[in-house]
Amino acid sequence: MEAIDVTPAQQQGRPPLNVIYEWVTTVDHKKIGLMYITYALIFLVIGGIEASLIRIQLAIPNNHFVSPQVFNQLFTMHGTTMVFFMGMPILFGVGNYLVPLMIGARDMAFPRLNAFSFWISAFAGLLLYFSYFGASGLYAAGSAPDVGWFAYAPLTARVFSPGHSTDYWTLSIFLSGVGSIGTALNIVTTILCMRCKGMKMSRMPLLVWLYLVMSGLVFVAVSPLTAAQIMLTLDRYLGAHFFDTQAGGSAVLWMHFFWIFGHPEVYILVLPAFAFVNEIVPVFSRKAMFGYPAMVAASVAIGFISLSVWAHHMFTIGMGPAGNTFFVFSTMVISVPTGIKIFNWLATIWGGKVIYAVPMMFCVGFLFQFLIAGLTGIMLSAAPFNWQLSATYFVVAHFHYVLVGAIVTALFGAFYYWYPKVTGRMMSETLGKWHFWLFIIGFHLTFDFMHVPGMLGMPRRIYTYEASRGWEGWNIIVGIGAIFQAAGILCFVYNLVSSYFHGKEAGHDPWDAWTLEWATSSPPPSYNFAVEPTVNSRRPLWDLKHPEDPDADYE
Amino acid sequence: MMKTASTVPIDGPAGMEWTLPYRGTVGMACLILAESAIFIIFVVAYIFYINKSLTGPTPAQVLELPIFGTICLLSSSITVHFAVSALRKDNLRNCSLWLAGTVLLGTIFLVTTGQEWYRLIRYEGLTLQTNLFGTTYYSLVGLHATHVVVGLIMLSIALVLSLRGRVKEEHSEKLEVLSVYWHFVDAVWVVVFTVVYVLGR
Repeated sequence: MEAIDVTPAQQQGRPPLNVIYEWVTTVDHKKIGLMYITYALIFLVIGGIEASLIRIQLAIPNNHFVSPQVFNQLFTMHGTTMVFFMGMPILFGVGNYLVPLMIGARDMAFPRLNAFSFWISAFAGLLLYFSYFGASGLYAAGSAPDVGWFAYAPLTARVFSPGHSTDYWTLSIFLSGVGSIGTALNIVTTILCMRCKGMKMSRMPLLVWLYLVMSGLVFVAVSPLTAAQIMLTLDRYLGAHFFDTQAGGSAVLWMHFFWIFGHPEVYILVLPAFAFVNEIVPVFSRKAMFGYPAMVAASVAIGFISLSVWAHHMFTIGMGPAGNTFFVFSTMVISVPTGIKIFNWLATIWGGKVIYAVPMMFCVGFLFQFLIAGLTGIMLSAAPFNWQLSATYFVVAHFHYVLVGAIVTALFGAFYYWYPKVTGRMMSETLGKWHFWLFIIGFHLTFDFMHVPGMLGMPRRIYTYEASRGWEGWNIIVGIGAIFQAAGILCFVYNLVSSYFHGKEAGHDPWDAWTLEWATSSPPPSYNFAVEPTVNSRRPLWDLKHPEDPDADYE
Repeated sequence: MMKTASTVPIDGPAGMEWTLPYRGTVGMACLILAESAIFIIFVVAYIFYINKSLTGPTPAQVLELPIFGTICLLSSSITVHFAVSALRKDNLRNCSLWLAGTVLLGTIFLVTTGQEWYRLIRYEGLTLQTNLFGTTYYSLVGLHATHVVVGLIMLSIALVLSLRGRVKEEHSEKLEVLSVYWHFVDAVWVVVFTVVYVLGR
């Protein structure tokens, strides 16, 4: 009974058509996960190009690099792409790949639903970008959606957004929602019903716990958005009046429906980032996770509290003192479980034999940047401060600090950490360090300095600005940071590709880690484990490597 | 020398008790959670727009309590429960009978909804476009009716399979998952009934 199976995962030298057929028809969670990730990386590059165009336009005052119409489309497409077609799919992809491996299962609970969810999400992304060709309709000037990523009513009404660009936006968000709910359902069912022997809930790796909470949030957060898209489609196509202010409909109702999705969505995206850090930090500190039960409790608490904070996006609409007070309070409360997490990570690193390999470097970057992102979040959660800075570049800098500084940074760490498992080869450490430093320098140049024009009153989404406002120097620095980030990403992409062919052989457990995915070969065979594993503690591979001192004795 | 995972089998004490929930039930529970969130949004929109219409007709003028349809739909929850119980006892004949009853009752409910819509559109002139009441009424009741249709399709498939003798006792878990969906559709109707026909009038 060997845990490692020696059957080669792939036969060599098959005709390309067979390979394509195999990938298109696959229901294997690892292949679907990789397709999710590839598809998301393509959208990351597209969204990144859109961001660069926005930065070029704003670098100097009175610029006319793109037209105002194109500019509106750029920020709409950038936001929509990065949230729905980069963030969600890449996190679902990593989850798809890792969750069954980590709980000792051979596949997801519903493999065909898994494939369906992926393909419908992929179709949604294509639909969004097809708007560039198909959306002109009767309104000949039309093209990509230009209503902003939260698409406030009544701008989305047929009168104000003629043509079909907004319809493409609505439909693609709706379909991506269906795909997300399908995958979340699959992840929850897999975690609850497919765990290997001995893998009690209290022994699951923290990554699995966080994906459980994240998927639970998808049900209650993405569904409202899906419902709101149905309403918007009824408004636009059948003449309903949900958000039609002329017939007594309410634009504020859309705001509520959007943000009851929108804020939990931030946590849907950041919980997997926490998950990666939870796995990487203990392994590179050579210590067990500090405060496992507290981490689980904090994650669940974040899940619940995040459902009660949405209207802090709406302080400026005039909710009255009671509403404002409630949402200020609930928003500040969420920093408590988040703080617990940060302290637990620090306590895990504390006194450990820390190894600063590239995955750990990204995690340390994550810790600092996530902390700062949280601090500006507390500033913005105070309603009077928010009235002053709402819809300025301060807000843009704050949420990019979360999305890029925390989520994308942790995601890069995850790539370096699990790439050997996925491909059987190590990524280059040298290139990885170049990637890290270029990206971190670029990130801080862009998003640290972006707070300043925000405080000086620069509104978000403006097409261009006068030279006399005191914003121009800052915007140049922000633009220069984007160049550094792009250079870092280039190193990363080159590293991904070249390591696949020339990387050092990884073996099945290059990091001397403790969770079950490292017990099978790299890349894992399509059935994951030749023999279904049995676990006795939270760190099954520690028990294997140290039979004289198993973790089970301490839990 | 430290042992590595490749040299040691991953194994624990033999004969360990290990049972996990049935994945169909968990999957359905997740689906119901997501669907509930969708319905909540439509119900919130309905409640938010009560008495906000700028023009008539109002609910008090045109809505009547759909007592008969409601009785049929709620009874169908009981019949589908008996169908599952019959299958658990391997009584295939009774299972088919109760399933047929469920499909019949569900269809009667749909027909009463259809009649109500016909009356509202034809004689009262209320459509989705008329006012906020029309918008929220048709979308909420329509969303529920869509779920009834989906449930009826699945129940009919189960009925056809059981009439052909393809359903066996070992499928009772699957039929139970379907029945849970049907109970959910009924429970949603209780909410819709309360909001639309009681509070809204």
